[in-house]
Amino acid sequence: MDTLFTPVWDALFAPFAEFAFMRRALVATLALSLSAAPLGVFLTLRRMSLLGDALSHAVLPGVAIGFMVSGLSLTAMALGGVLAGMLVAGIAGAVSRFTALKEDASLAAIYLVALALGVTLISRHGTQLDLLHILFGSALGVDPSGLLLVAGVASSSVLLLALMYRGLVLETFDPVFMRAHRKGVPSWLWQQGFLMLVVLNLVAGFQTLGTLMAVGLMMLPAVSARLWHDTLPAQLVNAAAQAATAGVAGLLLSYHFDTPSGPTIIGCAGALYAGALLFAPGGWLPRWWVHTHRVA
Amino acid sequence: MNTPSPIPTEGAETEGGDAAITLQNLTVSYRQHPALHHISGRFAWGSLTAVIGPNGAGKSTLLKSMAALVPVDRNSRVMLAPDLRMAYLPQHSELDRSFPLDVCDCVLMGLWEQTGAWGCASTAMLMRVDAALHTVGLQGFERRPVGTLSSGQLQRALFARLLVQDAQLIFLDEPFNAVDSKTTAGLLTLVQQWHRQGRTVVAVLHDDAQVRAHFPQTLLLARECIAWGATDQVLTEANLQRARAMAEAWDETAAMCDVDGEINGQAFDTLLAQRLAATA
Repeated sequence: MDTLFTPVWDALFAPFAEFAFMRRALVATLALSLSAAPLGVFLTLRRMSLLGDALSHAVLPGVAIGFMVSGLSLTAMALGGVLAGMLVAGIAGAVSRFTALKEDASLAAIYLVALALGVTLISRHGTQLDLLHILFGSALGVDPSGLLLVAGVASSSVLLLALMYRGLVLETFDPVFMRAHRKGVPSWLWQQGFLMLVVLNLVAGFQTLGTLMAVGLMMLPAVSARLWHDTLPAQLVNAAAQAATAGVAGLLLSYHFDTPSGPTIIGCAGALYAGALLFAPGGWLPRWWVHTHRVA
Repeated sequence: MNTPSPIPTEGAETEGGDAAITLQNLTVSYRQHPALHHISGRFAWGSLTAVIGPNGAGKSTLLKSMAALVPVDRNSRVMLAPDLRMAYLPQHSELDRSFPLDVCDCVLMGLWEQTGAWGCASTAMLMRVDAALHTVGLQGFERRPVGTLSSGQLQRALFARLLVQDAQLIFLDEPFNAVDSKTTAGLLTLVQQWHRQGRTVVAVLHDDAQVRAHFPQTLLLARECIAWGATDQVLTEANLQRARAMAEAWDETAAMCDVDGEINGQAFDTLLAQRLAATA
């Protein structure tokens, strides 16, 4: 019993039992999986898969200003990032409401301007190293205050998504139907509220874990979840579960093989995606294998 | 064709101001080119009106402006009777068919005004959805994703949603496109039933014969209002010819329209007579 148990314990549990930084990284990753992956499913459904990436760049000037004002303070940089992200999402939303441009086009234009502003600010007031630190945080460097930020944002984001769920689903499915209703919540508010949630999650994620992690955990599991299921609730649960699996596996692999944590986690999510591409009902192999059909 | 008849400025059924919708000088333009030009008139309570006209005549724009989905020009007014529940069925390319939503939930959307974003769907509501699906012949489709329905089946599901919405004012934009004749007949029966129940229905259609058979009122559009009134008086050869004479392309050199009902300082009918002479 002991001979079997010990290697399993060493491989799967010991890293977390022994090191506080591993525990913090685990909790942060799990919290982010729970809140960000379902948002990713909605992003793919709204045909905005690349928006996460764009928004993660758009928060840069805010982070830079936060950094300039109070140095490497997590709170200041997070606050700046959230404000900048919401401003960009808000401007993009207003542009698409009041001009002929669609949401994605106006966002693409504004995030590029924001990114340029951010890079200018950082290069004037910081060094290359700071920029890298801001863009590629490390899961293993999560401190208690960072953990609180991620956990707080994840909890409120899950609750807010639950509150917005019906409106968001219907607005995504049939926006014209929702706009034709004059009473109640105006339909553009669902979209705006949803974008604000995305910004919050990205900022929480990238302050602690890095941009790559934040966007990767949001989008990769969401894309592969859509291959597995036909119904939205199943896709949401599947996405969160895949993100959590990738998070745990990635942390363990990066511990045992001494690889950088963020890319390893995203690599695991990528492996799950490859699995979905091959084996999921919407993937390649079932089409290859299943040749029979029913009579009706 | 001799002198064109004067443009009616009001729908035939006026009934002393008792209108469900009143249009005053309605103009909607895209990049300064009018898609609808100075339409005035009223849809009476409980009327069943077909909107017909050539491509680009502004039929869909008319419905959208009445549903407040497109901005109208200044000085234009669309007045809906107060406290009216309105339902609008767009051309169905406008909803996302790949979205993972099942038919039952799609029809349940029709109760959005009652449930809102946070309310419960009661058993009575679910029974209404069931009954509506039964009426359009989609029983057994409740758990099918909307993406797996054919165009005709989807259109029936959207009619079920309209049934559940229970609106007094119903706008239908080309509701029978890509629908087979049997389904069309069934849906037309439904529209007739709404008419008998006293609902106000405005439908954009293409088929003249269908309009003559089933729609008592007709609005013939060609960006301008060509004729509006009882169907047999509107669908005359003279009126249809006037509608067909509408130039589909924009005139990039057209001057600004400043006088109500006139284009380039000329009365619309003079202009139309010129166009007719040119095409004859």
